Amino acid sequence: MAAFTGFWVTFKQMFRRRVTTPYPKRMRQKPQRFHGRHVLNRYPDGLEKCIGCELCAGVCPARCIYVRGKENPRGEPVSPGERYGFVYEINMLRCIFCGLCVEACPTEAITMSQLFEMSVDNRKDAIYTRGELLMDADGNVPHAQPASELNDLEELYEADGWMRATASAGRAAYEGVTAWTPTAGAGLRPAERGQSGGAAGEEEV
Amino acid sequence: MSFLEDLFANVLFSGLIKVVVAFALLLVACILLVWIERKIVADMQNRVGPYRAGPWGILQTLADGLKLLFKEQVTPRKVELGAYLLAPVLAMVPAFLIFLVVPIGAPFHIGETEVTLQAMDLNVALLFILAFSSIAVYAVVLAGWASGSKYPLLGGVRATAQMISYEAAMGLALVPVVVFASTQIGDGDGGLGVMSISKLVELQDQTFAEFQIGSWQLGVPGWFVFWLAPSFIIFFIAGIAETNRAPFDLVEAESEIVGGYHTEYSGFRFALFFLAEYINMFNISAIAVTLFLGGWLGPDFGLPPQVAWVMPLFWFFLKTFVLVFVFIWIRGTLPRMRYDQLMTFGWKRLIPWSLVWLGLFSFVIAWRHFGALWNWPW
Repeated sequence: MAAFTGFWVTFKQMFRRRVTTPYPKRMRQKPQRFHGRHVLNRYPDGLEKCIGCELCAGVCPARCIYVRGKENPRGEPVSPGERYGFVYEINMLRCIFCGLCVEACPTEAITMSQLFEMSVDNRKDAIYTRGELLMDADGNVPHAQPASELNDLEELYEADGWMRATASAGRAAYEGVTAWTPTAGAGLRPAERGQSGGAAGEEEV
Repeated sequence: MSFLEDLFANVLFSGLIKVVVAFALLLVACILLVWIERKIVADMQNRVGPYRAGPWGILQTLADGLKLLFKEQVTPRKVELGAYLLAPVLAMVPAFLIFLVVPIGAPFHIGETEVTLQAMDLNVALLFILAFSSIAVYAVVLAGWASGSKYPLLGGVRATAQMISYEAAMGLALVPVVVFASTQIGDGDGGLGVMSISKLVELQDQTFAEFQIGSWQLGVPGWFVFWLAPSFIIFFIAGIAETNRAPFDLVEAESEIVGGYHTEYSGFRFALFFLAEYINMFNISAIAVTLFLGGWLGPDFGLPPQVAWVMPLFWFFLKTFVLVFVFIWIRGTLPRMRYDQLMTFGWKRLIPWSLVWLGLFSFVIAWRHFGALWNWPW
């Protein structure tokens, strides 16, 4: 008779709330720590955060990041460090959006945004180069597709929550402490609140 | 005689019209069925289902069909070309032919001429149905064999065993219907075997029982299902197996043998198989409705004749839809059976049950006709 209990179960489900959303018609609020496409950040003074250390490329499990570092030109440095990333490519077809590059980056140069609509009709276009990743001096990030109903370009400024939630070393003692360097356009991003139960980030630190 | 009457008195013309109408009806029904199935299964899985093409996604199947029409039809190198091309057609044709004997509404008159809403009123309709559902097996077997590849072959072999064993149960389930109908029609010597479907529907136009609840007079219609419930259940189960639908869809078990017999088919040839499956589902439901649930019979609520003529059609399609829903419900609920379970269920359960039921039923019928055992004309 257990088989017939199953029929009642499926029948009941017909009147339940749908768990899926008709996506392009209705957009869901994304989780705060959503892993979307990458962004290369700048300091408010216009210098690039990337120092071309290639740690992101080294940690990438999908091997989709390609970085070449180069000595900063004398007199007009691109980054505050010794070197800067003069080639920076991410193959979005191979990327698994794990965010390890973000964790590995010592200068918070590469972060993830909340934008995930990035379909292309050409495999070559899926390789995001420096030009598509790097934000300009005002904090605007170039995106291959224009803003539309699907492409909310505002989401490019939503830095992913992992960095905001933890101190850069990921140590519990630094929970809720803003250990974030100021970014062009965004300034100093606030720490994420309520990281481990308490509303740690609520008071301005 | 009016012009219209002249036309319908012409056997050739009326036959042609009916065939064309049945063809169009089945195609539309198929398109709707696929959509309904996807929506209902989505509901049962708390999903939304197709919603982009047309209102509530109702045109989704049409879009899919168009897509398949324009897709490349890949023909693998190792196929047995003749049989490979024949198989999809062989799947389609019986599916369409079976529907031709099913009356979808009450016969009506144009002048003197009676127009039946069934393309052909065969006096051996039940045999016709069984024969053509057997021919449909060939499509699956041929497709599996002619594809020249492992998975289709496995699907084809499974189909042979499955469909042949359930065919037996299906045939046995239909015998009590014929026997019972014969007792209803004839008297004394047991009547003649009634196999004409229109006759079977007429015979169900009676009352099974009547209740008196307060001032309400409730009549239970004399559908055969009330006398022959075991037959109905066995027929329906065997019908699910005949149409290769869950939980008997081993023939095309995606998780084990890719797509089974239609693995190597693409484009419109695949669409033909797909179409045949859904038309068969509709056919089995329609036949079950006609044989057991009173076909197009139903109250017309004393509507004026201008409107009342729709009611038989309405009842027929309503009942068919209910059975189609059961089909879909079963698919949404039961997991696929294992091959040995399928064979065990077919040969050790379904066929013995139907044999026992047939024996029991025959005994009761004979008892009612001839009285005690010693009076029987041995």
